Amino acid sequence: MNILKSNPLNEDITMSNTKLKRVDLIFEQDCNTKEVLQSAWAKSKDEIINELLESGLKGRGGAGFPTALKWKFTSEQPETERYIICNADEGEPGTFKDREILFQVPCKVFGGMAVCAKVIGATEGFIYLRGEYRFLLPQLEKKLDDFHKILEELKVPFRIRIIMGSGAYICGEESALFESMEGQRGEPRNKPPYPTIAGFRSKPTVINNVETLVYAFMISKHGARKFKELGTADSRGSKVFSISGDTPIPGIYELELGMTVEQFVEEFGDGDTKAVQVGGASGFCVPRKKFKDTIIGFEGVPTGGSMMIFNSSRSMYNVLKNYIEFFEEESCGQCTPCRVGCQQLLKGIEAVKKGEKHAAYLDQLLKLTESMKITAKCGLGQSVANSFSSIVENFREEMIY
Amino acid sequence: MPEIKELVKSLADKYGRTRESLIPILQGVVQDQRYISDEAMTEIARELDIAAAQVYGTATFYSFLDTTPRGKYVIRVCRTITCSMKGKNQIVQEIEDLLKIKVGETTQNRKFSLLETNCLGWCHKGPAMLINDEVYTELTPEKVREIISEYIKK
Repeated sequence: MNILKSNPLNEDITMSNTKLKRVDLIFEQDCNTKEVLQSAWAKSKDEIINELLESGLKGRGGAGFPTALKWKFTSEQPETERYIICNADEGEPGTFKDREILFQVPCKVFGGMAVCAKVIGATEGFIYLRGEYRFLLPQLEKKLDDFHKILEELKVPFRIRIIMGSGAYICGEESALFESMEGQRGEPRNKPPYPTIAGFRSKPTVINNVETLVYAFMISKHGARKFKELGTADSRGSKVFSISGDTPIPGIYELELGMTVEQFVEEFGDGDTKAVQVGGASGFCVPRKKFKDTIIGFEGVPTGGSMMIFNSSRSMYNVLKNYIEFFEEESCGQCTPCRVGCQQLLKGIEAVKKGEKHAAYLDQLLKLTESMKITAKCGLGQSVANSFSSIVENFREEMIY
Repeated sequence: MPEIKELVKSLADKYGRTRESLIPILQGVVQDQRYISDEAMTEIARELDIAAAQVYGTATFYSFLDTTPRGKYVIRVCRTITCSMKGKNQIVQEIEDLLKIKVGETTQNRKFSLLETNCLGWCHKGPAMLINDEVYTELTPEKVREIISEYIKK
């Protein structure tokens, strides 16, 4: 019997020769962890931070905070018990690159964590892996054993542990992730204090996305220049994109930053692209008329790499409804704007669609998302407005009966 | 339930008895029993010396920490947008027909539970589903029939 189970070993990453510049920093197999770590350990903490600062690397999880500053602030704290955490709770709809990175080049992720550990003086690091990726665990643990052997040889006092999540999108929010690691409900904390001051176990903590750690490792290996030469002034370097939806070539691609949505669609669309959702359910929907003028990056639409392509056969009402259902279920429920807001948005668009409410009710809902943006406690509730307003404003007619 | 008591004790021996051990222990119970019963929660509370309400609060927060009885094989079909666009409903329909249960239900013989879940991280290979920890991608009704019939034989 031919059971067609996905076999991650045979995972193929499509890399064809087309116009957008392909980059191969992340998945380049030659990682030579030992050498990179040796040279990192020969440098001073400030040298590593300056190199990282020079590279312009910003966090690849979506929020885009300069990585060097995170490391620097944490290293400057008076409290000496500090942690490095790799956020592998990849839950944003349309994102799947971290799974592939952890599958293909885990040694680089571990390596990035070790370089950070050197900078901030941590002896313990953690990878918070989402429950949906538990199948990766046996292989990761094996690779981690190998990595620990290298650290032992180098006499580096640093060890990494893998902590499993249990199916909660909100735990990708850094403070909710700490709560979860501490055995609590994954409810975000008030900020400040930020993790650099009080993170895991209320100690200074660097928390980085999987991809960010790999870039930090690669910058440590190749120097800042190779990275800095890529991208634009606001969005340095390259980025791994998870491309799905109505495209003939879905998959994972590392591309130079700075392209417009139009360039992106020319290459990945199916010729009939109506909209691209950049940054997942919490990101922005870019309609066809704005493809040309929208840059994918921190100066335009920021993204953690999720690119979902919709062609003209898709109803944007269904797309929006799917997103709002997602948020309604994943809202942790501790703050009212998000808990009740998501419920009301869902009820609201359904009522307008059914004709039970007038189309003008959509404006009320847009106001509600604005309130959520300023009053919700964490990024989840605050970012519902992104997809809601960008879909409702650009595809209003599709929302109405 | 001496069996639960022993399971909880062995998990606590393995993961420790601090608050940080709570989720690994709950996960261990789910791996073994497929769900966390009231007895298991009370036992964990006793073992970790915390209030049962604390255990309940944490357990009920996470969608993979089931607190209602589930079958030996828990099927979770991804319902997020890309999988939905690529035919998730047909997949769910096929499983419902095969197992004679609806989403959220468990078969009489306690072998299968069918659930929907949020993004599994296989959007480029949708529709996707998990059966316990195993992932299956690029599903078609035919493929699903083959997969499920293999599990029925197990």
